[in-house]
Amino acid sequence: MSNISEFTLSQIVSGIKKKEFKSEEVTESFVTNSKKSKKLNTYITECFDQAISSAKKFDQKGDYKGLLSGVPMAVKDLFCTKNVKTTAGSKILNNFIPTYESTVTNNLWSQGAFLLGKLNCDEFAMGSSNETSFFGSVINPYGEKLVPGGSSGGSASALAANLTPATIGTDTGGSIRQPASFTGTVGLKPTYGRCSRWGIVAFASSLDQAGPMTKNVEDCALLLEAISGYDPKDSTSIDAKVENYSSYLTEKIKGLKIGIPKEYRVDNMPSEIDNLWKKGIEYLKDAGAIIKNISLPHTTYALPAYYIVAPAEASSNLARYDGVKYGHRAKGNNLIEMYENTRSEGFGDEVKRRILIGTYVLSSGYYDAYYLKAQKVRQLIKSDFDKAFKDVDAILTPSTPNSAFKIGDKKDDPISMYLNDIFTVPANLSGLPAISVPAGHDKNNLPLGLQFIGKAFGEQTILNLSLAIEKRANFNKNFKVWWN
Amino acid sequence: MSIDKKTVKHISKLARISLNESKISSLSKDLSSILKFIEQLNKLNTDQTKPLTSIIHASLKSRKDEINDGKIRDQILKNSPKKNEEFFVVPKVIE
Repeated sequence: MSNISEFTLSQIVSGIKKKEFKSEEVTESFVTNSKKSKKLNTYITECFDQAISSAKKFDQKGDYKGLLSGVPMAVKDLFCTKNVKTTAGSKILNNFIPTYESTVTNNLWSQGAFLLGKLNCDEFAMGSSNETSFFGSVINPYGEKLVPGGSSGGSASALAANLTPATIGTDTGGSIRQPASFTGTVGLKPTYGRCSRWGIVAFASSLDQAGPMTKNVEDCALLLEAISGYDPKDSTSIDAKVENYSSYLTEKIKGLKIGIPKEYRVDNMPSEIDNLWKKGIEYLKDAGAIIKNISLPHTTYALPAYYIVAPAEASSNLARYDGVKYGHRAKGNNLIEMYENTRSEGFGDEVKRRILIGTYVLSSGYYDAYYLKAQKVRQLIKSDFDKAFKDVDAILTPSTPNSAFKIGDKKDDPISMYLNDIFTVPANLSGLPAISVPAGHDKNNLPLGLQFIGKAFGEQTILNLSLAIEKRANFNKNFKVWWN
Repeated sequence: MSIDKKTVKHISKLARISLNESKISSLSKDLSSILKFIEQLNKLNTDQTKPLTSIIHASLKSRKDEINDGKIRDQILKNSPKKNEEFFVVPKVIE
C-alpha cells in the first residue's frame, strides 16, 4: 500500500485498529516519503530507524487502547524529547540532548504514538516564514520559492507533503495558524492553559501554547484530545475536564451566533481574502448559523502591544543561554566576555533583535512607558473579546492578510514580516482558542485559511464550526509532488 | 523616539550580546523602526485602565511540599560544554 501516507490521521488510527495495515507499513510509508523530500528541508533530526523499530514492537505487542495507537509522528523541534537532540532551530542549542520529555509529547507517546523526527522551525519560534532557522529555510510544497509560514513551518510543510500523518506545533502569535493557512492544513491554538507548557523551549510564557496541526478537522479534534490536560509541572495549566472533542464533533451548528468584526477588514487586504471571508459567512448561514456584525475596537493595537510583551518575556526567558549549563559556548578571556561571545555567536539576527527590544522596554526608566502600557492595552483587547462574547459564540476572520510569500521577500523588513500575524495575535494576547481551516485558493492557486476565535475553553465550538466550513469549501490540495 | 548606536551598545551590554560596529548600525535602524511601530500605543489613553497581569482567572493550585525529584546531578551536568567532576566550569572570576 503505497498511498498510506495520503490518509488522514483518523483513517490511519482506525486502519491500524482494524488491522487493515500494520504500524510498520504506515511508518515505512512516511519514512520513504520523508527520505525522498529532503528538498523541503522539513527535518532537523530524523528518527526513522527508531520509529521503524517502535512500529515493529507495537505490531508484536498489539496494544490498541490509545487514541493514537501505532502512529508515527514528527513534531516541531521546540518540544524537548528525551535523548533526542532538541534545537529550537538555534545554533545555541545545536548540541542539546534533553534528559527529559515534554508533557505534550509524553501525552502523544502514552496514547500509543512514537517519534518520527524533529521538525524545522524559526529560531526559538521567532518568525513568520521559517527563514530565521539556523538550519535553513523550509520550502512550502505549494512552490519551490515559497515560505511555508512560521514559526511552525517545518511542521506545516511536512504535514502538507505527507511526511507525517499529523504534527504538533506551538503558537505564540500565530505560529500554528499562519503556517496552516499557508499550506492548506488545519491548525489550532488551544486556550491558554489547556495544554502543558512543561518541556517546551520557552519564548513568551504568557502567550505560548502547543497545539495540533492536521490534514482535516476530524484529526484536529482527535489530536487535541490526546495532548490536552492539566499538568502539575506547569502552574499555568488549568485543571479543566478534557472533552472528547472527536466524539462530540458535529457540523450541526444551527443557531450558533457568529461575530464578524469590522476591524479585521484592513487596508490593502487583497480582495480575494475579503471574498473568501464573505464566502465563509455564506457557508455558515447555509449551515444555519446567525451572523452578527461586531466591533473589537482595539484590534489595531494588538500587534504593537504584542511586540512589547513577547520580546520582553523572550529577553527574560532567553537569559538562560549563557554557555555554562548546556548549549553552544564561545571562548572569552573572562566570564562576561564568554557570555557575550556565546550569545553573539549562538543567536541569529531576529532573536537578537527581539532580545534587545525586550531588554530596552524593560530597562530602567522605560518600564512604565512600554511594558506597563502594553499590559494595559492587553487588558483593553481582552475586554473587547469579553464584551463581544456576551453576544456571540465565536468570531470569524481571515487567518492571514496574504497567502504564502516568496523566500527573501520580507526578510530584511521586520515590520512587514510582523504584519503577517495581525489577525492571529489578538487570540494569544487574550488567551483564547483559535483555529485556521483551509477554505479556498487565491488567483495563484495558493491556499487561504479562515480563522475562528472561540470563548475560553470553547474548542469544541470552533472545531464544529470549522467542520461546517470544511464540508462546504471542498478544499483540495492542488499541487503536484515536484520535490522528490 | 529612536534607538541610537549608543543605546544599542548599552542594551547589548545589559543583554550580554557582543556586537561589532556594522551590527550596531543595522540594529539601530531595525530597532528604531520597531520602536516607532510599538509607539502607536501612545495614541491610546490608558490612564483609567488596569494592566492585565494574568489571563488565567483560576487561583494557583497548592501542592504538598514534598521532594519528588533529585539525585539527578549527572543528568544536569550531561549537557554542560565544560565540566569537572561534579561542577560546571567557567572562566576564572576571582583572582
